[in-house]
Amino acid sequence: MTLALYRIDDRLIHGQVVVGWGQPLNASFIVLVDDEVSSSDWEQDLYRMGVPPQIEVIFASVDQAAAQLSTWEADERVGILLVGDIDTAVALAQRAPQVRSFNVGGVHHRTGRRERLRFVYLTDDEAAKLRQLAAGGVEVTAQDVPTARAIPVGEFT
Amino acid sequence: MSELRGIIVSHAAVAQAMVAAVRAITGIDNALTAVSNEGCGTDQLAERLRDAVGEGPAMIFVDLPGGSCMTSSTRYAKQHAEIAVVTGVNLAMLLDFVFHRNISPEEAARRAVDAGAKAIRVTAA
Repeated sequence: MTLALYRIDDRLIHGQVVVGWGQPLNASFIVLVDDEVSSSDWEQDLYRMGVPPQIEVIFASVDQAAAQLSTWEADERVGILLVGDIDTAVALAQRAPQVRSFNVGGVHHRTGRRERLRFVYLTDDEAAKLRQLAAGGVEVTAQDVPTARAIPVGEFT
Repeated sequence: MSELRGIIVSHAAVAQAMVAAVRAITGIDNALTAVSNEGCGTDQLAERLRDAVGEGPAMIFVDLPGGSCMTSSTRYAKQHAEIAVVTGVNLAMLLDFVFHRNISPEEAARRAVDAGAKAIRVTAA
C-alpha cells in the first residue's frame, strides 16, 4: 500500500486523525514530520500516548522525511503522514517530489490569521503558499473528517 | 493547603455537561471549570487552559488518554507546578473530587483514578 493521507493539522496526532481517518483507511502507521517533535523524547512520548499499540508511530524531521518518503510509500501497510503547519508541508513537498497531495485538516486561529473555513484559519501569506503548492502539482484540499467534502484550494484561499 | 480546583478538558461540550451534572447532584458550583477544545489549535487550547487554571494548585481531568486535550494538558502541567492530569474523566471521579479538595494534586489524581475505575462495572441483570 502507501501513504494514503498527507495532512496538515496543527494538533498533529489526535482523535480525528487516529480514529476519524485511521479507522476507515485501516492505517497501520503514522509518520509525524516535525523538526521540534523529532528532537524531543518527551514530546514523542506524549503523542504516542494517543495512539493504540497496533499503530506504529514514526517521528521524523523534514530532512529525514524527504529521505525516507519512498520507503514509506512502498510500505505494504497503509500510513498517514502528518505535518503541523504550512511551512513544513511546503518544505517537504519541495524536497520530495513524491508528495502528490495535502489535506488541510486543521489550522486554527492565531494573530494575523483570518477564518477561511470553520477549521482553517490562514494568513494571506499562508494562503498564497497553499496556492503555490497546488500550482506546483500538489492536490490541496481542505477536509476535517472523511465524511466531509474535500474542498478544493481555490474555494478557501 | 488551599482547596484544589478542577478543570475538565474535553471534546465538544462534554466538559460543560459534566460540570452541570455535578452541580445538579451536589449543589457545588465553584469547584469545576469546563474547557472545550472546539475550534482550538494547540496555542488556543493552551490559552484556554491558562485562563481556566489560573493561580494555585489544580487537578485537570481529560476525556481521552490521547489527543489534543491530553497533549495540551500534559504540556501545561509540565510547565507549571502543583498540577496533576488524569484521563478518562467520568462523573463518579468528579463527584468524589468535589468533596475531597484539601489534598495535593498528586493525591487527588490517585483518588480520581480509583473512584473513576470503581464506577465502571457490569450491573446485575
